[in-house]
Amino acid sequence: MSILAAESANPLLPPLGEIIIGFIAFAIVMVVFFRFIAPRFEQVFRARREAIEGGIERAEAMQAEAKAALEQYRAQLAEARTEAAQIRDQARAEGQQILEELRTQAQEESARIVARGEEQLAANRQSVINELRGQIGALAVDLAGRVVGESLEDESRRRGTVDRFLDQLDGMSGGGASDGRTGSTVFVPGGDR
Amino acid sequence: MTSSALALVDVLAAEGGGAGDGFQAPGLSEFYPEPIAEFSLLGVDFAITRITLGLWFATLAMLVFMVMTVRKPQIVPGKLQFVGESGYSLVRDGIARDVVGPRGLPFAPFLASLFFFILANNFMSILPLAQISPMSKFAFPLVLAAICWVLYIYIGIREQGAGRYFKDILFLPGVPKPMYILVTPIEILQNFIVRPFTLAVRLFANMFAGHMLLVVFSLGAVYLFSRDNFSIVFGPISALMAIVMTFFELLVIFLQAYVFTVLMGTYLNGSIEAEH
Repeated sequence: MSILAAESANPLLPPLGEIIIGFIAFAIVMVVFFRFIAPRFEQVFRARREAIEGGIERAEAMQAEAKAALEQYRAQLAEARTEAAQIRDQARAEGQQILEELRTQAQEESARIVARGEEQLAANRQSVINELRGQIGALAVDLAGRVVGESLEDESRRRGTVDRFLDQLDGMSGGGASDGRTGSTVFVPGGDR
Repeated sequence: MTSSALALVDVLAAEGGGAGDGFQAPGLSEFYPEPIAEFSLLGVDFAITRITLGLWFATLAMLVFMVMTVRKPQIVPGKLQFVGESGYSLVRDGIARDVVGPRGLPFAPFLASLFFFILANNFMSILPLAQISPMSKFAFPLVLAAICWVLYIYIGIREQGAGRYFKDILFLPGVPKPMYILVTPIEILQNFIVRPFTLAVRLFANMFAGHMLLVVFSLGAVYLFSRDNFSIVFGPISALMAIVMTFFELLVIFLQAYVFTVLMGTYLNGSIEAEH
């Protein structure tokens, strides 16, 4: 009987068949664990870790984005400020330039007016002189004729006398004429500027 | 008829028979139940007993359970996945990572199969109807210990090189030279004989003794109840002890599976990390 056989058996000396059965059973367990169970668990652990890390990464990315936006905004603000300052400076410079231009223009204008006035004055004076010269000639001849009482018919003689007289007159009034001219230049205000 | 049932018959027979027979204590026959099938393959005799069936049932049930827990893995685990995951993490993080070391994670599947295989088979010792652990048959712990023995020596050679590995075992670094006379034989004995032997015997003896305790208290209760004299008073005590021992056995089931795996973890750690 098996019972009798069992009583004589040593429990520390197992039969080979049992060892083989045990080995096969454990081999199957190992195969299932290595092939299926462990990879699945590792996959879950990895997915979980990635989910956590991914969340952190997403938050970091968002923060970086916000920071970049702020930076950009600040840069734009600074740029706008410098631009405004530039525009202001430019406007000021332009204003200065316009003022300068206007000033020179006015100066030129005044100078021109002064010049024209002087020219006109000179022309007037010349025409007055010419007119006076003619009249003075006639008057003088007339006067001389009356004073001397004789008619100076000889044209050439008469002309010679008159011319001589006028030359004499010119020589006399050289200083007096320049005095009169200075007195007449009072109406020109910008002449010295 | 199971062997325990046979023992029960013996106990009951003692009552009807002469008063001189007394209590027939259960013996080794507990662990050698009558084979269900016997055959010979390539000159090796196989005997399929109820313990063999228990091994198959426990292994299969454990595998089916573990596969079910990871069949549809979710980042946020369901109840079933949580149970399987907690068990696997206990081995993976608690043993493979913390005991074996930072390079221990590749051993997690091996250690986990070791742990769950032992746990499931140990559990057969208190599972109703089975009530005997395959691990109380020396063959099965022996197989596991032999696989562990081969593995940790192989890993030691692979990680440190054969020369270095054996040299460190034969001549433990940091020991004064004259002490080698004493230390070297001890080290050889420990690394190549004592370790696998204790690994196997610890598990086997625990499950063996646990089963014997349960059988003795159970049969003792039946015997004491069947006597028509004063000893019937002790019947309930014996029955109570059988129940208490069952819970104690539950502790041993888990503890022995864990101890076996942790010890294998420390052996692997010794093989991976060179002793200073």
